[in-house]
Amino acid sequence: MTTTAGDPTTTADDAMTATGETRMLLTGNHAVSYGAMLSRPELVPIYPITPQTPIAEKISELQLSGQFDVDIMTAESEHSAMSACITASLTGVRVFTATASQGLLLMHEMLHYASGARAPIVMAEVNRTLGSPWGFWPDQSDSLSQRDTSWIQFYCEHGQESLDTVIQAFRVAEELLLPAMVIHEAFYVSHALEPVVVPAQERVDEYLPPFNPVHRLDTQLGESWGNVVNQDMFYRHRKALTESMALVPQAAIDADADYERMFGRGYGILERYRMDGADTVIVGFGSMCGTARVAVDALRDAGHAVGLLKIKLFNPFPIEHVRQAVAGVPKLVVVERNVSPGIGGVLGQTLKSALYGMSHPPAVHSYLAGVGGVNVSARTLVEMITKAMADEPVAESVWQR
Amino acid sequence: MEQLHYEIDESEVFSSGHNACPGCGEALAIRYVLNTMGPNTIGVVPPSCIAIISGPQPYSSMRIPVYQTTLEASAASAAGIKRALKRQGKDDVNVLVMAGDGGTYDIGFQALSGAAERNEDMVYVCLDNEGYMNTGAQKSGSTPYLAYTASTPGGKPSDKKDITEIMAAHRIPYVATATVGYPDDLARKVAKARDMKGMRFIVVLTPCLAGWGIPENSAVRVSRLAVETGFFPLYEVEDGEHYTINHGHIGRPVQEYLGIQRRYRHLSPEQVAEMQAGVDHKWALLQARSKLECEPQFVPSTG
Repeated sequence: MTTTAGDPTTTADDAMTATGETRMLLTGNHAVSYGAMLSRPELVPIYPITPQTPIAEKISELQLSGQFDVDIMTAESEHSAMSACITASLTGVRVFTATASQGLLLMHEMLHYASGARAPIVMAEVNRTLGSPWGFWPDQSDSLSQRDTSWIQFYCEHGQESLDTVIQAFRVAEELLLPAMVIHEAFYVSHALEPVVVPAQERVDEYLPPFNPVHRLDTQLGESWGNVVNQDMFYRHRKALTESMALVPQAAIDADADYERMFGRGYGILERYRMDGADTVIVGFGSMCGTARVAVDALRDAGHAVGLLKIKLFNPFPIEHVRQAVAGVPKLVVVERNVSPGIGGVLGQTLKSALYGMSHPPAVHSYLAGVGGVNVSARTLVEMITKAMADEPVAESVWQR
Repeated sequence: MEQLHYEIDESEVFSSGHNACPGCGEALAIRYVLNTMGPNTIGVVPPSCIAIISGPQPYSSMRIPVYQTTLEASAASAAGIKRALKRQGKDDVNVLVMAGDGGTYDIGFQALSGAAERNEDMVYVCLDNEGYMNTGAQKSGSTPYLAYTASTPGGKPSDKKDITEIMAAHRIPYVATATVGYPDDLARKVAKARDMKGMRFIVVLTPCLAGWGIPENSAVRVSRLAVETGFFPLYEVEDGEHYTINHGHIGRPVQEYLGIQRRYRHLSPEQVAEMQAGVDHKWALLQARSKLECEPQFVPSTG
């Protein structure tokens, strides 16, 4: 493969197909940038942070080269970036931003403000450890710590999925007026190069109509937002927000099904991998699912009935869909790259609460694997699963490497 | 009676029947600011007395769309609105921030400085009552030296931040000071700012009856004394260096301003003398700046 100095990822290998798609060699982050461009946001308020910056840099390059007609606001902080996302969205334009780690935490106040304002912002978030101490390693604790901000959270396994999910996320967010995060992990996904199919703009335009909200900040309408409300109004507002969140799983399933019909790639909100007849199922999200597939194949080859359940939509947690997916499975083994000290693995805890009250719930093992970006090999996973198959689960999450 | 130098627009974008204290200096400022900006304006208001005056859902004292944002985010929120309006082809719509001094000098300063550095297109008006008056009169970065507040009961030990000079140092197109005792000057400056592009910043001194400890009928008198004693000169700075003094020190001793406010009643004669020296020094500095003659400044060509 030949490369050029300025942009090693997008030139010589490009190949246009009959449907107008382009095959490119892209990092996970650059795939996100292309997904953003194809979604035609009007404004990208953004602030740099490792390992998100290649997303912002590629968007700036695409703008400079004339491919991406967008206004970029180089904010002085993530807090201001998100503040501008909210008001631009409320004024009636589509907005996109991206962040990671500390940046997401600085946005925390405005994440609540965005969902309260029903601003359908789409944000890419690159999972990275939280300080202190400093680290740059893949760890999902940053996004999971924002679970209660009423943002939709999609976890992606590779760059292709991240690109496709950015486009889908706009569809779901704008349909329900809820903000959405498209999440992938630092370096394992964000900086890893792989072939990615970039859909044709006209086809994406067909899939994602222009954003044209009925309510907006407009001198012709005179509507305001944010004034003090009384207790009853607040109660009704939060109830309506919760009811809209409950509609997300079906809306995401529909958006994904439409996408698959048009582009030939679909992911679902959950993915069942070799779960037929499985008596032990690995449950995970993000990049570790790729490793888990290898472990499942190895265990199946060795005669063990093991499968994988990948959770793509984490918030709102699709309780009914998860229950149906695991009904009749005797044992689940959660592996996740995060920790909430005092609670343990966030997915493990969420899963256990989702299963509570089932007539014959699976036993749940919860493993903290890969916290801080520690590598979890397929061999490690095979050993973990083999041990879990023999053991009874304990109540707490178990540290594993 | 003094002749007004500018005809004030009273188009009543701001309505009566709002929630301000009777005699509030800030409500008076909002009236001049909003009516001058006119109905083709979108407002941004952070938590402050202004938010209270703006009104609780579903009421509004302002006949324009108002977005109430968080305390530190006013300038960034306004930038988002204006950039969206430009993309929609509605660049004619004004975006106006009305924030208090806490939301400007303190917690909102980062967003304000960033917006100024980017020369975002907005009119930012700081309605400055020199403290967190909405939460019961705690000190802010704008509270003057030695002033009593609930969080500085012995008097504030440090000086007031000079937000006007700080904003002028960002070399934005327009910075001005104003106060409600000079309504024609205030309205003229708002109109001037409205008709410019880029970042425009006006700090308006708005006496707070409860926070300053002054009678209900005295906001305008106290406001004028702030100017006439040299405590708060009225001036404009264009492009960071062209100074014009509009109204200032006319030789009144600062004690005339301090003596009618409960927040200064603990001052000793020595402390009053110290404050007089400080006011005289700053007034001399301002006069010197206004007389500086320089070559035309460097202006980035892409601005």
